[in-house]
Amino acid sequence: MAAIFHGVGAATALSPSPSHSVDSKKFQLAPSRSLSARKGRIAVVRSDSSVNLSLNSRGRKDHLWIPNAVATKTDDSAASTASKSGHEILLFEALREGLEEEMDRDPHVCVMGEDVGHYGGSYKVTKGLAEKFGDLRVLDTPIAENSFTGMGIGAAMTGLRPVVEGMNMGFLLLAFNQISNNCGMLHYTSGGQFTIPVVIRGPGGVGRQLGAEHSQRLESYFQSIPGIQMVACSTPYNAKGLMKAAIRSENPVILFEHVLLYNLKERIPDEDYICNLEEAEMVRPGEHVTILTYSRMRYHVMQAAKTLVNKGYDPEVIDIRSLKPFDLYTIGNSVKKTHRVLIVEECMRTGGIGASLTAAINENFHDYLDAPIVCLSSQDVPTPYAGTLEEWTVVQPAQIVTAVEQLCQ
Amino acid sequence: MATAFSAAKFGTQFFPVGTRSHENPLFGHLKTPACSFLGSTRRLRFSSASKLNQINSHRRSVVVAVSDVVKEKKSKSTSNLFLLLFIPAHSIQLITKEEGLELYEDMILGRAFEDMCAQMYYRGKMFGFVHLYNGQEAVSTGFIKLLKKEDSVVSTYRDHVHALSKGVPARAVMSELFGKTTGCCRGQGGSMHMFSKEHNLLGGFAFIGEGIPVATGAAFTSKYRREVLKEADCDHVTLAFFGDGTCNNGQFFECLNMAALWKLPIVFVVENNLWAIGMSHLRATSDPQIYKKGPAFGMPGIHVNGMDVLKVRAVAQTAIARARSGEGPTLVECETYRFRGHSLADPDELRDPAEKAHYAARDPITALKKYLIENNLATEVELKAIDKKIEEVVEDAVEFADESPHPTRSQLLENVFADPKGFGIGPDGRYRCEDPKFTEGTAQV
Repeated sequence: MAAIFHGVGAATALSPSPSHSVDSKKFQLAPSRSLSARKGRIAVVRSDSSVNLSLNSRGRKDHLWIPNAVATKTDDSAASTASKSGHEILLFEALREGLEEEMDRDPHVCVMGEDVGHYGGSYKVTKGLAEKFGDLRVLDTPIAENSFTGMGIGAAMTGLRPVVEGMNMGFLLLAFNQISNNCGMLHYTSGGQFTIPVVIRGPGGVGRQLGAEHSQRLESYFQSIPGIQMVACSTPYNAKGLMKAAIRSENPVILFEHVLLYNLKERIPDEDYICNLEEAEMVRPGEHVTILTYSRMRYHVMQAAKTLVNKGYDPEVIDIRSLKPFDLYTIGNSVKKTHRVLIVEECMRTGGIGASLTAAINENFHDYLDAPIVCLSSQDVPTPYAGTLEEWTVVQPAQIVTAVEQLCQ
Repeated sequence: MATAFSAAKFGTQFFPVGTRSHENPLFGHLKTPACSFLGSTRRLRFSSASKLNQINSHRRSVVVAVSDVVKEKKSKSTSNLFLLLFIPAHSIQLITKEEGLELYEDMILGRAFEDMCAQMYYRGKMFGFVHLYNGQEAVSTGFIKLLKKEDSVVSTYRDHVHALSKGVPARAVMSELFGKTTGCCRGQGGSMHMFSKEHNLLGGFAFIGEGIPVATGAAFTSKYRREVLKEADCDHVTLAFFGDGTCNNGQFFECLNMAALWKLPIVFVVENNLWAIGMSHLRATSDPQIYKKGPAFGMPGIHVNGMDVLKVRAVAQTAIARARSGEGPTLVECETYRFRGHSLADPDELRDPAEKAHYAARDPITALKKYLIENNLATEVELKAIDKKIEEVVEDAVEFADESPHPTRSQLLENVFADPKGFGIGPDGRYRCEDPKFTEGTAQV
C-alpha cells in the first residue's frame, strides 16, 4: 500500500492531480520514491505504516491523494546535489550502507547482536556484512542481552567501537543494567579515563499488531540516564546520517529505529555525509503552529498537515530527531515564530519524550507561548493485539488535525 | 619460574595429593550437633556422598573438575585437559626469593591499606559503602602479580586491593576514597568504582555481576585485536573477580557461555568467602560447589584454597597461560574468607565466631611469612623491613589524600560525556558546552 504525498514546489495550492485517479494497485507495483526534503521535487512516500492500512480500510482515501504537503529542504546541505545524482534506497538499506561504510572506514567498528551475522539481521540491516567482514566483526550472540551489551561496553572501553543491536528495542529492557550503569556512567565514574563509543540500535515502536511486548517505546525509559545520547531516525537520509554520526561519536548513542519505517524509499546522496546528532530537522516551515514530532509520528503529522493546509492552516513541522538532548535552538526559534506548540509522539502519555519536551519548552520559552503546549501521546495502555484497539492507542492524523484546530482558535 | 604444570598430556581428573595432615580440626568441631549453623562448605562436602567430596575432605589443595566436553576434545591439542600436579609445599621451591618478597609486600600493602581505610572511615574521612578485603589478599596477590601491565582486571565493589595489586598507587586509591581530585577517578567514583586506564583496571562495579560482561568485552577485544586487526602478538588476558553471591546471577552464566563459546582469553575468579552480606552461600545456592559450573559450559573448573597464596598462584599460572595461548577461559573458585564484615556498616553478627577463628588461623599473610622463613627465602628482619616500608607508604597515602584538594564546582559536568556536545544545543544556538557557565559547573543542562 502506498501513501503518496505530493510536494509541488513551494505551492500550497490544493489541487488533486489527475495522476491520483490511478488505482492504488498501480502504485503498489510502481517503484516509489520517498518523502524527500527537497524543494521543487515531486516526492512520494511508500510506507508500510498501519496508518495506510487503517485509512484505506475506512475508505478515507481522499486524505491520501491530496497533493499539497510541502516538504522543504532539511538542514543538511547535501540535499541540493542529490537532485542531480544520488541513489534510491530503502531505509533499512540506508542503515546498512551507513554501517558498512563506517566498518570499511575504521576496522575497530564491529557489530554484535542476535542474528546479525548469518541471518543478516531480523530486519536485514546487517545483511551481507558477516560474509564481507567475518564472524568476529559481525558477531552472532547468544540470547543474553544484558551480557552482550555489557560485552560491547567492555569492548568499547578497551578500544573497539561496537554497534550493539537489540533485535527489538524492547529486548533491551534486559540490558537496562548495563545501559544505565555502565554505558551511561562509566565515563564519569572513571573520572574520564574510559570512553564508551558504543552505538545501541534497534527497531522499536508500535508495529502492525505485534502485541504489547514487541511494541514498546524505550526512549521514555532511557531518557533519564545521564551520559547517553538518544536519536531517532525517520527517513533513509537521516537514518544513514545518524548511523554514521553515532558510530563516529565518542559518546554512547542509542539510535531508535521504527519497525514500520524500514521500507521507506528515498533518494540519498552518493557522497559521504553525516547528520548532526544534536540537531533537529525542519520538515516543513510554517507560521501558525509548531508541531514537534519524531520517528513514525512524523508521517502521521505530515498526513495531518495536508488536511490542515486544506483547511487553511500553516503548520511548521519539526522532526526533533535528537531525543536527548533536545535541540532547543531550532525548537525555540520555531516557538518564537508561531507561539503555539503541539507535540506528537508515540511514547506513552506518562513520562514520555513529549512530557520532557513540554517541560523543557515551558521552562525556556514560556514567554513566547500564546497557548498551553498540547502533547499528543499514545495512551497509557499496553499495546493491544487487536488492530482496532491498537489504532486507538496511537495518535492518528485526525486527532492531530483536531488538536491544531483547537490550539489555533 | 619452574612450574610443575606443563602443557603435556593430561589424564584423569583428580590427582590425590599428599598433605601434611588428614586431620582437619574444623570437621571435628562442626560435627557436633550443637553447631547447627551451616557456616562452611567443608561440612557440606564432608557429609555428601560423592567421591569428589571425599577426596576434598582429605586435602585442602587443588581440585579440578574437567568437563566431558573438554575431555572429548583430547585429540586436538596437547593442553586440552587441565590437570594440576600439586606438590606439597615443602618439597619443591615454588618461588624465588624476589617473588616471595614481592608477594609478601603486596599482601601486606593490601592488609595495611584496608586497615587504614577502616580507621579513616571511623574518623569521618571517607563515607558511603566501603568494603574491605582483609583475609582475601592471597587471591588478589596470587593472580594479579602474574599479569602484565596490558592485561586487564575487572573487580567488584571490593576493589581496593585489586587496584593496589594491579599497580595503582596507594596515594591515588586513598585520595579517591577521600573524594579528592587527585584520586584515580578524580573523586567521582569512590570506593566501589576504582578505574585506571594506565594500569588496565576496568572497575570497580557496585552491582554484582555487572562487571563480568565488561570483562568479557575486554577479553573479546583482545581476541579481536589478534584475529581481526592482525596484531599477532596481542595475547592480553582479562581477569574477572567476583564473589559467591554473584555466581547465582544470570550475567555470570551468560558470560561463562559466551567466553567458552568464543574461547575468550579470560579467567573467571570466584572469591568464595561463603557470605553475601548476611546470606550464607549454602542458603542461597542449590549446588554450592561453584567450580562445577565451569565444565557445564565447556571450560575447566578449579577449586583452590584461597588462603594460600602459593596455591592460588600456581592455579593462576596455568589458567592465565591457558587464556594467553588462546585455549579459552577457566573458572577458578578460590575458597577464601573476609575477616571483617561485608562493609564497614555491617555489624557482622551472623557469622559463627568459630568459623571466623578457623579462617583467622589460616591468615594468608601469616602462612606466607611462615613459608618464607621456613624455606630460608627471607629473614624476620627483611620481612619486618617490608612491614615498615608499607606502613610508611600507607601513611604517606593518607597524608597525600588529606592534603589534596576537593573537587571544585567546575568539575561537575566535565566527564559526563566524552564529547561534551552531547549536552546539546541551547536556546541561544550555541552548544551548551561552549557556555562559560558550563566550565564553571553551574550551567543548566
